[in-house]
Amino acid sequence: MIAPYEENEILASQARQPPSAEHWFGTDNLGRDVFSRVILGSREILVLAGLGTLLAVICGTLFGLLTGYRGGWFDEVAMRTFDSLLALPALLLALLLLGTVGQSKYSVLIVLVIVYTPIVARVVRSVVLAVKPQGFVEAARLGGETQTRILLREIMPSVLPTLSVESALRFSYAIFLVASLGFLGVGVQPPSPNWGLMVKEARTFASLLPWALFFPAAAISIVVIGVNLMADGVKRVIGPEQAD
Amino acid sequence: MTRFILRRLGFLTLTVLLTSLLVFLVTQWLPGDVCRIILGREAGQGAIETCRLELGLDQPLPIQYLNWLGDFLTGDWGISFSTNLPIYPIVMDRMGNSLMLALVALLISVPLGVALGIIAGLNENKPIDSTINVGSLSVVGLPEFVTGLVLIQVFSFGLRDLGLPYFPANSSIPPDANFLEALPMLILPALTAMLVLLAYIARLTRSGVIEELKQPYVRTADLKGLPRRTVIVKHVLRNALLPTITIIAISTGWLISGLVVIENVFNYPGLGRLMIFAIDRRDLPLLQAVTMVTVLGFALANLGADLLYGLLNPRIRLE
Amino acid sequence: MVTKSADRCVLDIKGLTVAYQQEGEWLEAVREVSLSIHSGETYGLVGESGSGKTTLILAVMNYLGDRGSIRSGEIQLGDIDLLSLNDTQLRQVWGSKIALVPQNPQSALNPSLQVGDQLIEILRYQLNLSKKEAENQAIEWLERVHLADPIRVAESYPHQISGGMQQRAMIAMALCTAPDLLILDEPTTNLDVTTQAVILDLIRELIQDQDTGVLYVTHNLGVIAQICDRVAVMYDSDLVEDAATHDLFSQPLHPYTQGLIDSIPHLGDTKDSIQLRAISGQIPPIGEAPSGCVFRTRCPIAIEICNSRPPLYLAGDARYSRCHLWEEIDRHEISTHQPTLVGTPVPIPTQEEQPLTLEVNDLSIHFSIRRSVAEVIRRQPARAVRAVNQVDLDISPGSTVGLVGESGSGKTTIARGIMGLEAKSNGSIELLQIPLPDKLSQRDLETLRLLQIVFQNPQEALNPYLPIGETLRRPLIRLLGLSKTEADARVGELLAAVRLPPSYAGRLPGQLSGGEIQRVALARAIASNPELLVLDEPISSLDVSVQAAILNLVGELQSDHQNSLLFISHDLAIVGYLADQIAVIYLGSLMEVTGPGDLFHPPHHPYTEALLSSIPQVDPASREPPIYLEGDIPTPAELPSGCPFHTRCPRFLGEICTTTTPPWQVDQSTGKRIFCHIPPNDLAAVQKRIITRGSSDA
Repeated sequence: MIAPYEENEILASQARQPPSAEHWFGTDNLGRDVFSRVILGSREILVLAGLGTLLAVICGTLFGLLTGYRGGWFDEVAMRTFDSLLALPALLLALLLLGTVGQSKYSVLIVLVIVYTPIVARVVRSVVLAVKPQGFVEAARLGGETQTRILLREIMPSVLPTLSVESALRFSYAIFLVASLGFLGVGVQPPSPNWGLMVKEARTFASLLPWALFFPAAAISIVVIGVNLMADGVKRVIGPEQAD
Repeated sequence: MTRFILRRLGFLTLTVLLTSLLVFLVTQWLPGDVCRIILGREAGQGAIETCRLELGLDQPLPIQYLNWLGDFLTGDWGISFSTNLPIYPIVMDRMGNSLMLALVALLISVPLGVALGIIAGLNENKPIDSTINVGSLSVVGLPEFVTGLVLIQVFSFGLRDLGLPYFPANSSIPPDANFLEALPMLILPALTAMLVLLAYIARLTRSGVIEELKQPYVRTADLKGLPRRTVIVKHVLRNALLPTITIIAISTGWLISGLVVIENVFNYPGLGRLMIFAIDRRDLPLLQAVTMVTVLGFALANLGADLLYGLLNPRIRLE
Repeated sequence: MVTKSADRCVLDIKGLTVAYQQEGEWLEAVREVSLSIHSGETYGLVGESGSGKTTLILAVMNYLGDRGSIRSGEIQLGDIDLLSLNDTQLRQVWGSKIALVPQNPQSALNPSLQVGDQLIEILRYQLNLSKKEAENQAIEWLERVHLADPIRVAESYPHQISGGMQQRAMIAMALCTAPDLLILDEPTTNLDVTTQAVILDLIRELIQDQDTGVLYVTHNLGVIAQICDRVAVMYDSDLVEDAATHDLFSQPLHPYTQGLIDSIPHLGDTKDSIQLRAISGQIPPIGEAPSGCVFRTRCPIAIEICNSRPPLYLAGDARYSRCHLWEEIDRHEISTHQPTLVGTPVPIPTQEEQPLTLEVNDLSIHFSIRRSVAEVIRRQPARAVRAVNQVDLDISPGSTVGLVGESGSGKTTIARGIMGLEAKSNGSIELLQIPLPDKLSQRDLETLRLLQIVFQNPQEALNPYLPIGETLRRPLIRLLGLSKTEADARVGELLAAVRLPPSYAGRLPGQLSGGEIQRVALARAIASNPELLVLDEPISSLDVSVQAAILNLVGELQSDHQNSLLFISHDLAIVGYLADQIAVIYLGSLMEVTGPGDLFHPPHHPYTEALLSSIPQVDPASREPPIYLEGDIPTPAELPSGCPFHTRCPRFLGEICTTTTPPWQVDQSTGKRIFCHIPPNDLAAVQKRIITRGSSDA
């Protein structure tokens, strides 16, 4: 809507132009409008990272609630599995998976879920373990409440503040990860307007077309730092209550 | 303490074994028939069968895993699909380069990050703290390739354009270079890694110091009439710095991820570049080896930090 | 009482007002407080949480930090004007002229420095001793605070020694520089009563022949009565009364002081003899104190004049009261005193045909400790924390059984075993003669309905995100099968039963005080009309002035509903007040089972004897030395053989105690059961009768 051109629309006659009234961020080597690509690229990176985070948060919360509340062998198995996933730094795990299962937008999405589910699960589980022995949960058990109700009505509300901080944090890491994967040329494939991928492609012509490099890089920086500050803000607002 | 060490060792072994199983499953089992990948679509059924027999793929999965693990432990890491060279020497060579880069980054950023964190923590909510806080939050947020490109623009192209001595933008160190020859090429990638680590360590140290300052024993020390300096150095920092050991271990995970990107920005011949190379060529044995080496390295760093923490913390040491 | 030379004034506070800034407003936490302490004097400061006593002591040390600011007043420490000092000068005063013993020694000691080093540090710095001299003096000081093995303690880290030992080390640290002023901030509040008795005695001994002035801050009137020469009472930022200890207890001249004294059961009080007089209402939150007299909204005798702020009246010889009506109180024209005497005790009709509500036989609850790999290889048997061992306990219909023990005695584990929150290892638990399944998940809704509990900690008692009404409605719907509309109607009745207005149904727990939350927890527990209600330390986290109201409420609810109660507490006076049967537990085993009337009559089990003598009585006239228990409570993972109490027993007989499990002996005259090798008659012959309020009146 805001973007004046299609993301992959090639204006052969107007290739390699510096920023102007016509092309705010200039055009790249092939004659694509950089401004349009940055704008449309935001959609891809935010949707991918957002959806990945959302799914990971849902899966992680489910695992965290169940492992924390039930304990026993299910908890042991799930936690050991998560430990072994976490023994790989996030980017490495993502690369390993993408390197073997093939590369597309969807595999990046699946990878985000696999990478972040264990982390969210661990965080949720630790809150559940702290809440479970408290009087009000035991009172609900002694009041004959069902397990589902105890999990959703008694425990879940206490998980939510921590979960929202964690979600904001995961979202910022997910953007980071998607951009880094794009830069490494793994996962999302050209000619997708992934900001990381745009930076990678523009590097070759960096001295000739600095604008094609600068604008996507700036876009990544602004979004990631913005989300980071937001996550920090969420933590500051919710943090003190948790401490009480 | 012995018990603590044994427990940590046991835990580490279990985790590494489980991770190796994961790596095995992902690289050997998930992609489907490896022989198909090696030989291509047109290969005849007979050739595929021979290949499967050769690679032991006709055996049950658990046996395949144990064979694979045994081979890995004995240094038989196989032949690279794409280059037809033995993997072990390549990976070892690249690992040396990555370690060199990691160590340089750690050696600078750990003391500096801890110092910045302490300064910020002791001056909570004062201007200097806010500056460090916002600065580190921004640097932590920046992807390494952005930081790296900025540094290249400034310290390589920028200095060059001014006619000054500049750092190389391309850090492809020749295999036979010694440390001194490699050093100029090391500086920009190390600086990038350092910046990210520095911010990360500073932030975590800061919150550790702030937490510790709130503890009642600080009041006890103050009310003994000790000078504030003594209270900070002898009492607060002694406790605040213990957790930074764990922080450093966690940040090595961060560093490993960061190095993959940084090596690709600067064309630095380390494990990270090798990994991307393996992915581009779909060179599964190479990918396996690189991943396993990294897992082991990360696990050992964690173990080292755990043990050091246990050794310095009387509550664990004297159990 | 020994009169000490009270010549030199070590602390003189005049008109001190301290305030905190909150959202641009100054909230006063200490208001126009004046007091002075002389050398050799022990000055008690009593007040509940939020009374401003903590702020006052921080101000006295000029250690408020960002937390508050001194708005007006002076603090004179000897001849030093404390408020004029800068940080460097203050540090010359701290540790040498003023010292503090804080409430929680565990967190007040640096966890990563050896105890000895923390003591040597102050000796070297403040007394300029050489390393060698400081080391010697440190050991000497650890000896002076009666630590049995000072060298081992010096080399220990704080986590390696018990709370009592930590507090002794803190006391040594505070006294080693012979300060002019020693501030003790609730130094025994986190300790068990037997440890508290020993520490109190130690403090008394150490300050006896020193010139040190002592400011002893506590909420415990018993401790004040036992140790202080003078007392100041604080309420809601105001100092309301200031008098010599003896005068204060014999005739308080402020209604709040009177209320405090009347609101706790004294040793020997029973619910049949005395009704506790609860102070109505609760302490207003900081910044919301009423105008005029801060106590007037809760005061039983408030009249119109109380709308104006009373000055601190000089009310007789060296005593002060901030009450307009002190003269009338003094002349007994108005009384806020007089515990209401209830008529003659009505014995509970023992109907033989009624089955017991609860019958616990031979109950043991052990927690297994995971064996290490080495232990498994060496085939060592799995060890267990033996939290509860062979406990027999009967509760008859409509009666109250009190279970009393110190921390770690297993009393809460018994409650959790009964509730199905911990699995038993052995024995049986029968509710109305039907055996209870171990696990909660195996119990049907009717069983759950019959058995309810109130937990200790109000902070965790209610779901912080659910309105009170929702919390109360659930058991009605789930356990009684009421419809939502029926349940809603009953919520109002439940709130009324615990004296809360119906509007509370819409509130969240965060908007309630601790006392109110325990009322709601009580309402939730009685909602299903259970046969047995377990109360696990329901008032020990509450302020003194609201405890009585809850205790009275418990009594009323029980007489209305005729259910049975299991009341668990560490406080023998409270259990003695409320219970029809008292069981004393030590290290997982019952020691003695007795009726409340016979609790104070020998024979006692030696442990009960020590426990009784350790309770600081709210009467300065009875300062009997307690019976010391040596050492610390052993860990339930390594239970002593024979009698579990033999390692600390002051009446240790000999080998039989270490080898043979004692028999249950029944005292013929009183019917009390004692778990001891010593025959009851022999015990009775050597034990003293505990003097209590009831008995001294008689």
